[in-house]
Amino acid sequence: MSSYEIAIWVFMLAAFLGFELIRRVSPLLHTPLMSLTNAISAIAVVGAILITGAKEASTLTRALGFTAVVLSTINVVSGYLITDRMLKMFKKRGAEKK
Amino acid sequence: MMQSIFPILYLLAAASFILAIKWMSSPTTARRGVIIGEIGMLLAVVGTLLRAEVVSYQWIFIAFLIGSAIGVPIAYYMPMTAVPQRTAFSHACGALAAALIGAAEYYRQMPHGVVMIALIVEMLLGFLTFTASMMAFGKLQETLPQRPITFKGQNFVNLGILALAVIFGVALILSPERTWLFPIFAVLSLVFGVLLIIPIGGADMPTVIALLNSYAGLSASAMGFAFDNKLLIVAGALDGSSGFILAVIMCRAMNRSFSNVLFGAFGTIQTSVKQTTARPVRSASAEEAAEILDSARKVVIIPGYGMAVAQAQHKLRELHDILTKRGIEVSFAIHPVAGRMPGHMNVLLAEADVPYDRLIEMDDINPEFARTDVALVIGANDVVNPAARFEKDSPIAGMPILNAFEAQTVMVIKRSMSPGFAGIDNDLYYLDKTLMLFGDAKSFVSGIVKELNAVAAGS
Repeated sequence: MSSYEIAIWVFMLAAFLGFELIRRVSPLLHTPLMSLTNAISAIAVVGAILITGAKEASTLTRALGFTAVVLSTINVVSGYLITDRMLKMFKKRGAEKK
Repeated sequence: MMQSIFPILYLLAAASFILAIKWMSSPTTARRGVIIGEIGMLLAVVGTLLRAEVVSYQWIFIAFLIGSAIGVPIAYYMPMTAVPQRTAFSHACGALAAALIGAAEYYRQMPHGVVMIALIVEMLLGFLTFTASMMAFGKLQETLPQRPITFKGQNFVNLGILALAVIFGVALILSPERTWLFPIFAVLSLVFGVLLIIPIGGADMPTVIALLNSYAGLSASAMGFAFDNKLLIVAGALDGSSGFILAVIMCRAMNRSFSNVLFGAFGTIQTSVKQTTARPVRSASAEEAAEILDSARKVVIIPGYGMAVAQAQHKLRELHDILTKRGIEVSFAIHPVAGRMPGHMNVLLAEADVPYDRLIEMDDINPEFARTDVALVIGANDVVNPAARFEKDSPIAGMPILNAFEAQTVMVIKRSMSPGFAGIDNDLYYLDKTLMLFGDAKSFVSGIVKELNAVAAGS
């Protein structure tokens, strides 16, 4: 199998896995879910690092890569922090005895 | 030695992301999900930094610092009512990052074949999602008008621009050396993103945000194909399917199809609503409302976006507390499209310390309305409109609604009799058992709370 063929298989399986997992998420948590998947999709930072840190990078590609690292880092940092901030607010009745 | 460790770290990162989403299924495990997600991201970043191709670090670390300096304040100082805007903004950031990485990779390698196809898909989705998300951000932030903007031949123009972008993309795939094609392709994709959101109204934002989420994820996945990186493919596919499912749920909750949302059918309906003659309604004061609530046994509160606008969620929690203390069963009925993004209402009420087991989904609460003494509607309109169920020619016919009309008494807090987003008159307001409570949601609820407190002190 060529590496692209494997890649398509990986994509298909991951998409189905995603469908099955997300379907089980309670609508109660749909907003934090979206903010978490946002943070996860900031995995694009991997591509950005590879471009910015490359040896033969020109000024143009390094500038593009640099901007992409900044943008992805914003998403990683704010995505995880906000998700946690939201989830902290979800309390069951009687759980907030002070 | 160290640089060959990255495939293992990537594998662990992918597993962490899958676990993170799995644990999001319940509020009890969700915070664990965030932690494992953070670990996954850390593994992925460390693994990448260790790779042999990465030789210069100073710009990467400067970018990390700048990104954190922007991201941390956003996370801590953003009010919860602004979550939809923040989400749109972060879709924009993620999509632009993907598009820029695609552009950099194109200028660096001028690749042919499969890699170039993947890059074009990545950039098309990235650029259009970037401008579309910025437009959505503007509409949610209300710097742009929320009403849909439509013009003649709009769908024709939009599809034409998209077709042109695709044609230039294909031309680039066939001959990547023609660099002059690239800026045209990028601009067409950016313009299409703007045009895509212009005809979409505020009420459709939950669907659109979910759909943009999906596009941003698919863009990251396409990047995985270009870089031959399975971790990117998996993470992007998870995000893509998540956004897609949420968009489908939102569409179903409005009984509309994707194309119906995207091609702005509501915009045309809004102009064709006939003015009905003024019908009499019954109104009541805060004092009367408090009395009715106090003699009820079961109260269902139906919040809508108007509650968020009026910032009434904290006062509602006070109302919930005092009624519960007086032995009255209080629950909140949450329609799937209440608010400006999926699950928005739940977050706002959770922030106000309403216990989450009191937030009941539509399908679970609807059978309860017949046994409910008072249904209190706050800032919601179309989601309680019986026309959706009983009038076949209504623009919202078939949309699932909360059966507020089955309750013994219905109380509606509303500023005036103006119709909601869909521009449709609501028969619920004219029923004999309905009391209209005219005024600002927040001050009216605090008025009711004050009356109930007085009653509690007196008894």
